[in-house]
Amino acid sequence: MNLQNIITEIEKVDPEVYERFDTRRKVMKNFANLSGKIALAAVPLAVTSMFNKAYGQTPGDVNAVLNFALTLEYLEAEFYNNIVGSAGYLTASAAAQAALTKIRDDENKHVAFLKTVLGAAAVAKPTFDFTAGNGSGTGPFAGYLANYTVQLAMAQTFEDTGVRAYKGQAANLQINRTALTAALNIHSVEARHASHIRQMRRALDAAIPAGQKPLKPWITLNYSGIDFPPAQAGINLSFAGEEVTTQAGVNIIGLGGTYNTASAASEGFDEPLTSAQVLTIVDPFIV
Amino acid sequence: MKGTIFSKSPAKDPAISEYGMQRRNLLKYFGASAALISIGTACKKDDDTPASNGGVNLGSGDVGILNYAYALEQLEAAFYLQVVATPYSGMTALETEYLTDIRNHEVGHREFFKAAITAAAPSMIIPALEVNFSSIDFTSRTSVLNTAKAFEDLGVTAYNGAGQLISTSGNGPTYLGLAGKIVSVEARHAALIADLIANGTFAATTDANGLDMARTPAQVLAIAGAYIKTQIDASNLPS
Repeated sequence: MNLQNIITEIEKVDPEVYERFDTRRKVMKNFANLSGKIALAAVPLAVTSMFNKAYGQTPGDVNAVLNFALTLEYLEAEFYNNIVGSAGYLTASAAAQAALTKIRDDENKHVAFLKTVLGAAAVAKPTFDFTAGNGSGTGPFAGYLANYTVQLAMAQTFEDTGVRAYKGQAANLQINRTALTAALNIHSVEARHASHIRQMRRALDAAIPAGQKPLKPWITLNYSGIDFPPAQAGINLSFAGEEVTTQAGVNIIGLGGTYNTASAASEGFDEPLTSAQVLTIVDPFIV
Repeated sequence: MKGTIFSKSPAKDPAISEYGMQRRNLLKYFGASAALISIGTACKKDDDTPASNGGVNLGSGDVGILNYAYALEQLEAAFYLQVVATPYSGMTALETEYLTDIRNHEVGHREFFKAAITAAAPSMIIPALEVNFSSIDFTSRTSVLNTAKAFEDLGVTAYNGAGQLISTSGNGPTYLGLAGKIVSVEARHAALIADLIANGTFAATTDANGLDMARTPAQVLAIAGAYIKTQIDASNLPS
């Protein structure tokens, strides 16, 4: 990306582009400072934030969206950092341990990536309470470190929530093509994780409600596939709304033949969550 | 705001001048966003925009992207319809269940795009494409699953790469949302198929930052073209 070319392009439609950044000299000085301080991958984002200021255009505010994503990644990364090596984890098969380690590594990379992209604008990591006790340490998931079944139920909930959370923010990132593509490239990895965790839970077969078997790598209707009464209401929030079978006014059931029942029609499309819905879901885990 | 444009081309009528000022303000606020959008384009001038080849034209703008997705979903649906109709030897009950589910999802995706494009731009929808599966041995588990993995991974990178080509106005954000609803399901498929081939490889394709890849339409069609007999012209797609 050649920054000077961009400014030249903009100058064609907005001759006063330099004035918006105070002066030409200041613009160039800003760019020089930027390129010295931040990683190359982060330059487009930093440029966007300058443009946001210059034009007062903050649809969704790219940095706010990325910080929202970073907060979720902090949550996932710390969760996997906690469970890998825990007593519950040590009861799992070697293949299961390897999978959880791989996912942990991916989540830690997502944190590092988003922190690099955001630079000084990155939010700090919150303090988490993975018992879902808002800091009491005595929430419904207390004891999760010793219980592999509960760990997988939590992992599935976090991954499926993550998929829906990124999806809900895509349109807010359209102003910055680089940020949008990066977010999409994380979004599909969260879906890969969710797919595998669901396979692991199916193999375990424990704590899957009778009416929701077999558990699949995709989300059937609004089934969580999780039976954990102490936290069921909270868990269900992560799957509510997934049961829709109409997309953009098109009823998917029966389209093209008998292939799509309500279950298949709901599975074929994952649904977004708003940031408010996501914050409600993760609130108990944040002190 | 120094009015340099007006001093260069002074308006004869004060009323027009005032109108001009308004237009100028409009440019200031809307032209600016057009300029921002063009940033991506300015960076990608060296990209491999495919030349027109006289094939089925996907079209331009958001409808072009929808046709592009429709073409890929046609390919996937045709593949899984065949996989389920003529199971490879030794297909387990679990594999049959999963591959049947995936077939149903892909048919749903294909038919959804058909319906959505027909509703949005009936004259611009591409026809049913003719596939070429001569390189696939449908009796072989290895051949089928390797092809399935290739198609699913290709689909993920295609949607990831197409997101930024969708317009920011009109129905664009809605289309982006719909693409997002589908791509995560493709990723769920991709992970499952990878695990069927070698358990634990569900996210083996991620890069050093833990990210999936994105591909341009030209890159995707160069790969998918081996399985599509119908010539596809993607030269008018946004870039």
